[in-house]
Amino acid sequence: MNPSEQPALAVTSLQPATTPSRQTSAYGVVDGLAEPEPYLRIEDINKSFGNFVALKNIFLNVYPGEFVCLLGPSGCGKTTLLRIIAGLEEQTSGRVIQGGKNVSNLPPAQRDFGIVFQSYALFPNLTATQNVAYGLQNAKRPRAEIDRRVAELLETVGLTGMGQKYPSQMSGGQQQRVALARALALSPGLLLLDEPLSALDAQVRVKLRTEIASLQKRLGITTVMVTHDQAEALAMADRIVVMDKGYIAQVGAPRAVYQHPRNPFVANFIGVMNFLQGVVVAPDQVRCGNLVLLTPNNQAAVNQPVRIAIRPEDIRVLSVAEAQTHSQNVISAEVQSMEYMGTGYLVTCAPDGNAKDQITIDLSTFESGALGLEPGSTLRLYLPPDQVQVFAAE
Amino acid sequence: MTVTTPKFPTPNPLFPKRQQVVTREDWLMRILLGLGTLWLLVGVVLPLFPMIGRSFFDPNGNWIGLANYVKYLTTPSLVSAFFNSFFIGAMSMMIAVGLAFLYAYALTRTQMPGKLAFRVLGMLPLYIPPLAHAIGLIYLFGNKGLVTTGFLGVFPKWDIGLYGPVGIIIGEVLYCFPQALVIMITALSLTDARLYEAAEVLGSTPLKTFFTVTLPSVKYGLISALFVCFTLAFTDFGVPKVVGGNFNVLATDIYKQVIGQQNFSMGATVSVFLLVPTVIAFVVDRIIQRRQTALVSAKAVPLQPKSHPPLDWLMFGFCALVAGFTIAVLLVIIFASLVKVWPYDLTLGFKNYDFSTVGGGGYRAFWNSIRMSFYTAIVGTVAVFMGAYLVEKGRGMKWLRSANYFLSTLPLALPGLVLGLSYVFFFNNKIWWIPFTKIAIYNPFNGIYGTMAILVLCNVIHFYTVCFLTANTALKQIDPEFEAVSASMRVPFYKTFWRVTVPLSLPAILEIGIYYFVNAMITISAIVFLYPPSLPLAAVAIVNMDDAGDIAAAAAMSTLVVLTSIGVRILYWLFTRGLQQRSQAWLQR
Amino acid sequence: MFAIKTMSIRLAHKPRFLSALSKRWKTFTSLFLSSFAIVLLVTACVADPSQVQNASPGASTAAGGSADSITVYTALEDDQIKEYLASFQAKYPDIKVNIVRDSTGVITAKLLAEKDNPQADVVWGTAASSLLVADQQGMLEPYAPAGLDKVSEKLRDDRNPPHWVGIDAWMSAFCVNTAELKEKNLPMPKSWADLTKPEYKNQIVMSNPASSGTGFLSVSAMLQMKGEQDGWKYLDGLHQNVAQYMHSGSRPCKAAGAGEYPIGISFDYRAVKQKNDGEPIEPVFPTEGSGWDIEANALVKKTTIKPAAKTFLDWAISEDVSKKYAENFAVTAIKTDVPIPKGYPADPLKQLAKNDFNWAASNRDRILEEWTKRYDTKSAPKEG
Repeated sequence: MNPSEQPALAVTSLQPATTPSRQTSAYGVVDGLAEPEPYLRIEDINKSFGNFVALKNIFLNVYPGEFVCLLGPSGCGKTTLLRIIAGLEEQTSGRVIQGGKNVSNLPPAQRDFGIVFQSYALFPNLTATQNVAYGLQNAKRPRAEIDRRVAELLETVGLTGMGQKYPSQMSGGQQQRVALARALALSPGLLLLDEPLSALDAQVRVKLRTEIASLQKRLGITTVMVTHDQAEALAMADRIVVMDKGYIAQVGAPRAVYQHPRNPFVANFIGVMNFLQGVVVAPDQVRCGNLVLLTPNNQAAVNQPVRIAIRPEDIRVLSVAEAQTHSQNVISAEVQSMEYMGTGYLVTCAPDGNAKDQITIDLSTFESGALGLEPGSTLRLYLPPDQVQVFAAE
Repeated sequence: MTVTTPKFPTPNPLFPKRQQVVTREDWLMRILLGLGTLWLLVGVVLPLFPMIGRSFFDPNGNWIGLANYVKYLTTPSLVSAFFNSFFIGAMSMMIAVGLAFLYAYALTRTQMPGKLAFRVLGMLPLYIPPLAHAIGLIYLFGNKGLVTTGFLGVFPKWDIGLYGPVGIIIGEVLYCFPQALVIMITALSLTDARLYEAAEVLGSTPLKTFFTVTLPSVKYGLISALFVCFTLAFTDFGVPKVVGGNFNVLATDIYKQVIGQQNFSMGATVSVFLLVPTVIAFVVDRIIQRRQTALVSAKAVPLQPKSHPPLDWLMFGFCALVAGFTIAVLLVIIFASLVKVWPYDLTLGFKNYDFSTVGGGGYRAFWNSIRMSFYTAIVGTVAVFMGAYLVEKGRGMKWLRSANYFLSTLPLALPGLVLGLSYVFFFNNKIWWIPFTKIAIYNPFNGIYGTMAILVLCNVIHFYTVCFLTANTALKQIDPEFEAVSASMRVPFYKTFWRVTVPLSLPAILEIGIYYFVNAMITISAIVFLYPPSLPLAAVAIVNMDDAGDIAAAAAMSTLVVLTSIGVRILYWLFTRGLQQRSQAWLQR
Repeated sequence: MFAIKTMSIRLAHKPRFLSALSKRWKTFTSLFLSSFAIVLLVTACVADPSQVQNASPGASTAAGGSADSITVYTALEDDQIKEYLASFQAKYPDIKVNIVRDSTGVITAKLLAEKDNPQADVVWGTAASSLLVADQQGMLEPYAPAGLDKVSEKLRDDRNPPHWVGIDAWMSAFCVNTAELKEKNLPMPKSWADLTKPEYKNQIVMSNPASSGTGFLSVSAMLQMKGEQDGWKYLDGLHQNVAQYMHSGSRPCKAAGAGEYPIGISFDYRAVKQKNDGEPIEPVFPTEGSGWDIEANALVKKTTIKPAAKTFLDWAISEDVSKKYAENFAVTAIKTDVPIPKGYPADPLKQLAKNDFNWAASNRDRILEEWTKRYDTKSAPKEG
């Protein structure tokens, strides 16, 4: 972790403050003078299963009304963390504080959350209405109130008139909505979503993720969602918590995480990233093969071996004429393969004088046509210095 | 700020391990689980101690160390019984599993006509006590049997020498066949069709495919079936009792030692010889099954057998023979029960159904059996399902749940005779001596000895494992997050258990009830030492009638028992069909 | 089908308990010990077992409910019991009688097994030689039933009050199926000696003396008549012809009646009854004499002796029921005016061979052990 980066991250993390349901200015966060009171605080959570360490020193604050995504590959501990928040799993050490109350040792029933699982976990022998009313009935609410609340919830999730159906008579998307309505029924302070969309078809998934995100904003309910799908996290979350092997790799707003990944893992996990091996030759210069690139974002010391990274979409292909005007950060590369993607081509090429690394770039159909590309063609690639990031070599 | 690095990292010494607040609900669950484990301990484990302990004493209660074992091993008749049992177990196992494999193969892998009928008929012997099978065999192959006399003189005579190993093996095969069939059908249905397509594409011959694809894929099922059949035939008491002649086996030896010679200590010793191979078979099977990895992924494609007329008709012929034989045995039992004086007066009538002049308790025994089976079904189903629920869905207390799971599978390794004898030693004592001390304690369970309660308890434990695994599997199929979701809605687990888990498991629960009912109806081994005088039982009555030589009455009682079991099964089938139609809305998938 | 599901479970299930066990062995053991400790705590801890037994008189609910319900162990024949009991039920409709009927050996075994917690109140019509064994264990309560003076002295225990009282004597007899004999072209056997003739090979069934009183009296008679050495020699010869040793005394006769085997070594009543029932059976009383035993009654010693039990024993030697005994048996303990039943020898007492009950009872274990060693062993390979 690099402490000098923190201010920058802190700024980007203010994204949630734009949630309409909250009066951002009241917190006075923008100028960094005061901090909003987090709704959920996770303090130094550790969890091990026997010898296997599932979570290590997890600290995380979630602010009221915020939508936080726990993102990472399978086995990174994200679901374990969610279950610890819910009280379904017991942490080995550490505290969970929700709404100012230490809930670390409370069983799930004494915490305040609604949860939606990947499997929906709808009771198959109960109708949609009965499923949604399940917790309300147990709370001994008056019949009329239950009816009203269930109707309201079904309307909220867009299932008006479907209440009498059994889960097996509904589509996956509809079941997911019932599960959501059920989770919201008791008006919990916290909504937990455990991979809620991964069992759905691609199209339904995209549609539902927009709906859930907007519903969350509308209700202003603090939400923590677990997902392994980076696109989902980028689209829905106010903030993303990228996890790897039980650690938090990075926390930040989607854009910040995407544009400024803290380390190669994050860089690679979110989006596509090109890596080139190199050595720092000057504070702002890295030599890759026989080419010296300007890298103003470099933190590494001179003579340190590094990996420079750049997103495919940040690389510009220069025409012969343009190549004349750019003297720095231009790599000449030979096209090795072209993958047709519909909207364009994913072009893989090998930079001259650097046999080890490959560079992938995005080209629109128009661009590649204009350049008359085919395997074997030579390209001149411009790597804008601002977009080049430098990571310590592994 | 957002990425909060701890400024003052505190190791939190106040909260070491296990910190979650224990709620009343947790306590309820713990107490239930503790009680569930305790009752299994009392029902399964503790009775074994006095039983095994007894084998170190002489009949007068003096400690004699291994003398009983020495005596056993130096008495040729007793040792030969051990090898006889082994021989019977091995032969019955091979024949039953071989037949069951072919039968199951025909049902699952061919387009033979009448598959549904054959499937039902193949299971028919499940509802017939092994003892009744043996009685049927007497009427078919006994010295005055239908086959032996060439259908009373119509055909040439054919004497197979029923009394002795031949009769026992035929009887045990009938008993084991449906059990093996069940396992083989399951194993053969689980194979992935894509493996066969791959074999075909690669140009494998059918024979080679059989050895490279079919056999490996059913390997574990086959092994399981072998062990199950061996154990059943090795420990069965009913068949050798009736058609064993002078061919001694361990199970009849225990009966002879205990009932005939008043030698409980020797009975206990022989029980140990019966118990040890059974436990070894159980453990070996479990270890082998552990290695089983899911050969069939969730994406497996079910095999659609292709029509292949010569094979189909060959298999049809085979299945017709096997099914025909099982029906013949059942029909001959019913027929013999209606005949006036076999073989001299073949007029039909219900004379043999008047049990007043024969032993065993007659209709009182029959009603007692129904009552006992009914109680067993109720108590057993409740105990099994609650136990399985706590083990599968309980929170925390992992070691206790593992212990409970282990205890729940243990009864499978205990032969009924051993269990029954253990219960006699354990429950029929007002006090227990703690070995090697001068301390004696009251037996708090003594009161149930000689009552219906101990019979029900014994039956519940005897058939516990199969029911437990059924419940366990049914519960595993229920979404594990139901409990989490309920907790998040602050609904206590018992409400969700009642409102969701039980309705969802209803088919399995009813299956367990039926299984208990049918088995309690036909079992002999576990209760033959236990039934009190005031409670004669139908299955035991069959033994007593056979002992007294009233074979026709035994056939009549067998008929009543079989018809009751099948009747209950049909009622269940009608009931679940109705149930399915009513709840079709949520059962359809 | 039910089983399909069940068994698929057996297969599909990966037994994790074994690993769980090995890991959790310690906790498992501690659970075991602690639960045992709980049992210890729940139950009172006492050091003196005699105190325990005294402290809980009548604690056993097992013995069969109310005072008006008694449990009777008997080795009488099933078809006799119904006939006999009718007069008791008419006279004492309030007393509920639970009859446990089994072979003599089984009844004796049950009695002995339940020594510490007797289930029976009364033993009725069971071989005296077996009751002697129970008596040696101190399980019988001496009782002089009303009308004891009428009982023949030979058929009762000579102590006063007697530990057991006989009701009748029964003896060994052959049940010969005449139809089968004719079909197989075999001569009618007349004596024990005839039975060892080679033409009867595998044609004879007899009861196993280890479980059957009838079997025992035949064996005991042979040993007493011929002396032990010649007796065993004879039994060796007989064994060559025996196809099966059967569990009960009546079964050989029933097997003969059903034609399974032409000759069954059984006892008088069974043979006579089956003949009179129209089966092709001829009762044969061997010329050398028959082994015999007394069917006797006794009171079981237990903490609470119910008055109904004594009532039953009084009734069991009453004139009414003795007449019924006499309809079935030639020798009864109480003289009645009933003529000797059809099919019995004219002078039944003459048919009885020499029999020393005390010798039989005290040598019972040894005889059975020897018998088992000789014939239970050899019989197995003979078949296989």
